Amino acid sequence: MCETCGCGDPEIVPIEVQARILSDNDAQAAHNRSHFEHLGVLAINLMGSPGAGKTAVLEATAKAAAGRLKLGAVSGDLATERDADRLNASGIVSSTITTGSACHLDARLVHHALHHFPSNESDIFFIENVGNLVCPAIYDLGQAANVVALSVTEGEDKPLKYPVMFQKADLVLLTKVDLIPHLDFDVAAVEDALSRVMPEARMLKVSARTGEGIDAWLKWLEERRPPRTGHRGHHDHHHAHDHPHEHAGDHPHEPH
Amino acid sequence: MHEYSIVASLIDRVQQEAVAHGGTRVHRLHVKIGELAGVELDLLKTAFDTFREKTICDGAELAIDTVSAAWACPVCNRSFAKGAILRCDACGQPACMVRGDEIILERIEMEAPDV
Repeated sequence: MCETCGCGDPEIVPIEVQARILSDNDAQAAHNRSHFEHLGVLAINLMGSPGAGKTAVLEATAKAAAGRLKLGAVSGDLATERDADRLNASGIVSSTITTGSACHLDARLVHHALHHFPSNESDIFFIENVGNLVCPAIYDLGQAANVVALSVTEGEDKPLKYPVMFQKADLVLLTKVDLIPHLDFDVAAVEDALSRVMPEARMLKVSARTGEGIDAWLKWLEERRPPRTGHRGHHDHHHAHDHPHEHAGDHPHEPH
Repeated sequence: MHEYSIVASLIDRVQQEAVAHGGTRVHRLHVKIGELAGVELDLLKTAFDTFREKTICDGAELAIDTVSAAWACPVCNRSFAKGAILRCDACGQPACMVRGDEIILERIEMEAPDV
């Protein structure tokens, strides 16, 4: 009740919060990150439009890294398991996160997939996000780096039109570069656009079809690999941080 | 349409704060959204109007404070014009974002008889 004049209005108090609205996702992402770091796995969040060539780049990566690196992947897909099937066929241990109508992966979905993943032996683990140049950019998944695939058929202006996605990228893979002779695509224009939205603009030109640039991409990945930790092969669920930890109910916790 | 998932997280957080402070009815939420946060304000409002029903936020107003993006050189502190190349001419350093990616719940105005 209003104490000033007794008018009968309820008293309204301001509660200061000043917190990120997605703080629950941030906490879950930090948890995922501690899993990856504990296992010595390089986790990559691979984003891009539908049809940008994300899966094809991973297939080419598997071919080039065969016998050298163990690769794992989860693929976000609205309705099918086609990408994971393709990746498994290429030699990347893969599973699907079926998102239904959700347009992006979040840290909780990735966490759930990690706990059901058939292997934790990966050297590099790709999180192939849902094809979308908008929504996936704002959800931290626990990755070490964001990589955005941009195909030459999408046009040079995409970085300027989707600045949030490209601003978050650690690397842009310009895909399908074998098509450039057939297009009016200006590589310098896309480099200029990236430099205006990405402070440390870094782009590699690749073609999954011809294999061009895949070695440079593998080198970029290798340079970011964390030291091996010797924690693989068993899952002791170590946590480098302290926060309440609730699972979906199907993952019994071993005591530490 | 991740605005719906943002609103779901927002209402969850408000519910937690209401429980913690003995709040009974929420009148207004103040949120801060950056220009480069990747949030479409009209969609956020529509999502809030849809999802607030039958929650603690039923009838509450969503007040959105927008924040324009700003970049500066981490060495000489020079600011960058909108659309400029994000690398300092003088220092050669990549720019740092000073503001513009906020997705923040700032304040809740609620009836809280016990506060």
